Amino acid sequence: MALLFYPEFEVVRNENRCIACRVCERQCANEVHTIDSESGLMLSDETKCVNCQRCVSLCPTRALKIVKSDCTFRENANWQDDTIKEIYKQAHSGGVLLSSMGNPKPFPVYWDKILINASQVTNPSIDPLREPMETKVFLGKKPSRIERDEKGNIKFKLPPQLELSMPVMFSAMSYGSISYNAHKSLATAAEELGIYYNTGEGGLHEDFYVYGENTIVQVASGRFGVHEGYLKAGAAVEIKMGQGAKPGIGGHLPGTKIVGDVSRTRMIPEGSDAISPAPHHDIYSIEDLRQLVYSLKEATEYKKPIIVKVAAVHNIAAIASGIARSGADIIAIDGFRGGTGAAPTRIRDNVGIPVELALAAVDKRLRDEGIRNNVSLVVGGSIRSASDVVKAVALGADACYVATAALLALGCHLCRTCQTGKCNWGIATQREELVKRLNPEIGKEHLVNLMVAWRHEIKELMGGMGINSVEVLRGNRLMLRGIGLTEKELEILGISHAGE
Amino acid sequence: MNNIEGKVRIPSGCAIAAVISKDGNRMTGEKIVESMKPMHDRSNGLGGGFAAYGIYPEYKDFYALHMFFNDRAARKECEAFLKERFEIVKSEIMPTRKIPAITDEPVIWRYFVAPLQSNLHNLQLDEKEYVARTVMKINCEMSGSFVFSSGKNMGAFKAVGFPEDVGVFYKLDEYEGYSWTAHGRYPTNTPGWWGGAHPFTLLDYSIVHNGEISSYDANRRFIEMFGYKCTLQTDTEVITYIMDYLLRVQKLTLNEVASVIAAPFWSTIDSKTDLYDKQKHEYLRTVFPSLLITGPFSIVFGFNGGLMALNDRLKLRSMVVGEKDDKVFIASEEAAIRVMEPNAENMYAPAGGEPVIIKVKEGAF
Amino acid sequence: MMIDVTGLEFNEINQKLRESDNKVILQGCLGQRFIASGMKDKNIAIDGIPGNALGAYLNGASITVNGNAQDAVGDTMNDGKIIIHGDIGDAAGYAMRGGKIYIKGNAGYRAGIHMKEYQDKVPIMIIGGSAGSFLGEYQAGGVIVVLGLNTNGKLVSNFPCTGMHGGKVYFRGEPPKSVFPKNVCLKLATQEDMKYIEKQIVEYAEIFGYNKDEILNAPFTVATPDSNNPYKQMYVAN
Repeated sequence: MALLFYPEFEVVRNENRCIACRVCERQCANEVHTIDSESGLMLSDETKCVNCQRCVSLCPTRALKIVKSDCTFRENANWQDDTIKEIYKQAHSGGVLLSSMGNPKPFPVYWDKILINASQVTNPSIDPLREPMETKVFLGKKPSRIERDEKGNIKFKLPPQLELSMPVMFSAMSYGSISYNAHKSLATAAEELGIYYNTGEGGLHEDFYVYGENTIVQVASGRFGVHEGYLKAGAAVEIKMGQGAKPGIGGHLPGTKIVGDVSRTRMIPEGSDAISPAPHHDIYSIEDLRQLVYSLKEATEYKKPIIVKVAAVHNIAAIASGIARSGADIIAIDGFRGGTGAAPTRIRDNVGIPVELALAAVDKRLRDEGIRNNVSLVVGGSIRSASDVVKAVALGADACYVATAALLALGCHLCRTCQTGKCNWGIATQREELVKRLNPEIGKEHLVNLMVAWRHEIKELMGGMGINSVEVLRGNRLMLRGIGLTEKELEILGISHAGE
Repeated sequence: MNNIEGKVRIPSGCAIAAVISKDGNRMTGEKIVESMKPMHDRSNGLGGGFAAYGIYPEYKDFYALHMFFNDRAARKECEAFLKERFEIVKSEIMPTRKIPAITDEPVIWRYFVAPLQSNLHNLQLDEKEYVARTVMKINCEMSGSFVFSSGKNMGAFKAVGFPEDVGVFYKLDEYEGYSWTAHGRYPTNTPGWWGGAHPFTLLDYSIVHNGEISSYDANRRFIEMFGYKCTLQTDTEVITYIMDYLLRVQKLTLNEVASVIAAPFWSTIDSKTDLYDKQKHEYLRTVFPSLLITGPFSIVFGFNGGLMALNDRLKLRSMVVGEKDDKVFIASEEAAIRVMEPNAENMYAPAGGEPVIIKVKEGAF
Repeated sequence: MMIDVTGLEFNEINQKLRESDNKVILQGCLGQRFIASGMKDKNIAIDGIPGNALGAYLNGASITVNGNAQDAVGDTMNDGKIIIHGDIGDAAGYAMRGGKIYIKGNAGYRAGIHMKEYQDKVPIMIIGGSAGSFLGEYQAGGVIVVLGLNTNGKLVSNFPCTGMHGGKVYFRGEPPKSVFPKNVCLKLATQEDMKYIEKQIVEYAEIFGYNKDEILNAPFTVATPDSNNPYKQMYVAN
């Protein structure tokens, strides 16, 4: 059959260095590399290459590199390469385009257009290495009135709270979409760091109940693996209404991935598709959300905070206001650059809004309505660094959810083909021989390293601003300035322009 | 009002001083005005002011509104508004002295008022909330009018100028109060607006403050959820509203308020051995995280019947306390105290986050 | 043990249930939601109208409602039994994974939506009357039986079994006229099917005072999904 188009990547093999050890061949689940038995030379089938860089990383003689193919269609600013190729793919298959990970299109990244303040003269900056610098936060509803007993002592009545050693958590990735070892790395790292990881909608593997104190269990429309013991196992329950990468779209884990432990954890038979409908079919309106929130509170006897996770969409401020009045303790907002194991390309690249704008709008609306204290705000959807975290908190977030950054720490190279289930890094796969490539001990170590480094950086940035507790960085928008933003963007972000 | 203050945020450094008689003995303003002289270099002539308690015994049941107006028209408009909401028992021009150091004064009046009971009933508000909302409304919405003092039997006096001149201007030597606080301002901008001077007050609460806080916008955006409007964008204003919210609305004690705004570090709380005290600190920090104040500050908070002095938890600003007989003195510098009382005793610098609370004997004020 | 729940909030009712004996009668129920949420070993009878999400996450308890029930009964239930002596509202048995829901009367929209099964857990819902639209939508496992008793032959409204990818739906009597999706096929119930149905009907008939033979004396149609992977062909990797 004729090629639809020239392969996207070329495998460049330096024959002078290649010793035909066949490591590349063994490492590539996509079967790009083979050996020619006659000549003893390594060959490549570039049509199969996804540019995951596994062979490059493991080639002992550094004989390999993967480069972007320079074979292009005739230049056309309107009909770009990707657009043309997508047409070919659809014309030949009749299929809906399916992609993975976050929106790769060049939309504005507002984090990169916001600058952080520092103290000069009028108040002192603080040295984070030698002075106390606090990053602990509590997520959950705060009481609106102090109550006292007959002796006049304060009654320490508090709705359930999550205590975080730093304002970052690992966000939802289901067991099934990622591997056992990836989940184990996240769970053990969360435990060591004093933060939380999130089961995603695929249930909680029996081995990981021991990490319950650092686990957020998710309830999505598919209700996979949801039962009383699961709900009570975690520190909090998250209702997933939507996901930044695919707002308004459900999930579909193909039956081929529902094997062994994944089937057990999801509590569905092996080989059966795991379909998460687009909506929760018991939630067609905001008052129904209140019903699900309270049914979970009843089932967990009011001991766990309930998180409602929504995708950042156009009317997010009003939606969040409704959620804040629904009894939810925490709102998680997922921006349109958030990752996913699989999403229709058109949805991923065109639906939803950036989390920066959503966060600013929601925080403002909740304050205007005087209900900001009813809920905590967690934001995700491409938080890439400690400075993103600091900017998010200063815009009004209580904490951030990170997932893509965590996957990168585990070895992901963002090749964006999770949906194939052939992840050479042992992350987005259930194939045993691939899963074991990710050592959960090392995975944990890398996650802990990353977060420890971020925590230092957060402290350093806070110290520069003369702030020694992250509590009062939250919503402190005076610490931010925009650069190269329009009046309207500044207005929505609630910040001044640099120089003002 | 037509001024830069309130449009932009203006950090400022400052000098503060205070004196109080625990027996409720009244003193003229002379000493406190004098006390500001050795601290002259802590101000830059762009704002000075005083708050005095117990100065209007003959009108002690009425709210004393001290007001700045841009012109006569603004005053007439505001007076019409006041009459809809209050019974005005006395209105007069504020007595002042013409001195070369103080110029460009606005129209300054004071009114002694009582809320109209029928309005209170209709709005289902208690008296203090009603007065506070009215003050907030005038200051936000009526351009050209500004209430700079609104408590009972107390008053604030402030102007653009050095504090020692402001004292002379307002004839503070002719007032007698049992408690006085003073402030000299060093703003890093040139607002030149009288309302921007300190103390900042709401009802009988007054704040004088030194330092620029780093938590400002987090504090402001939180407190504005509860009906306060930070029109001046100054630290002192937001601290005053925080105090009002925690004391009057949440009914916390002064000590508890100190535990919120100058909360100990978590590690300090964790090492506490008194269980109630530990739980109290944990609870207050968890419930009011956005009311923690970080960055340098020293404040003297005045109220009917007492004073509270408080430093930030790292103690980044200076503050000393001394005593003599029934009097307690507080100032940014010891020299200021020695001016008021050369023989002051028990001089000490309170630790960061530890409130110094002085209350006048019950019934003595 | 009898509890008068007139005027009580749902959390108060559940607290009382948790503290009570295993056998409880709730009187004066009027719209309180989440009754018996997540409960294991209670036997609860309800007089009045229980609110939405009755028996959500139910984990083994038995609930009998002596009248009608509202929406989302048995939401995500894992085990136990819910008996409704009247009609039931929308989305009954949403995502239930185990246990039984027996309804004497009719069911609303989306009955048995996204029912599942797992290992020895095969949930069953028997609807005595007829079912509303989207019956068994997204059904992934478990069994729904629609008897069409006293309904003049009406079994189900529009769009039954949309997105069905597991489990079975049985219809008693003439096969329904509704349009089923392409990937769901309708067949006459086999002997094996009938054996299974009979086992379930015995208990059902006893509870509601029917003659089981009269119920079984009719043909049954069974709807099952054609393929376990109904949507796979829709996508192309990009």
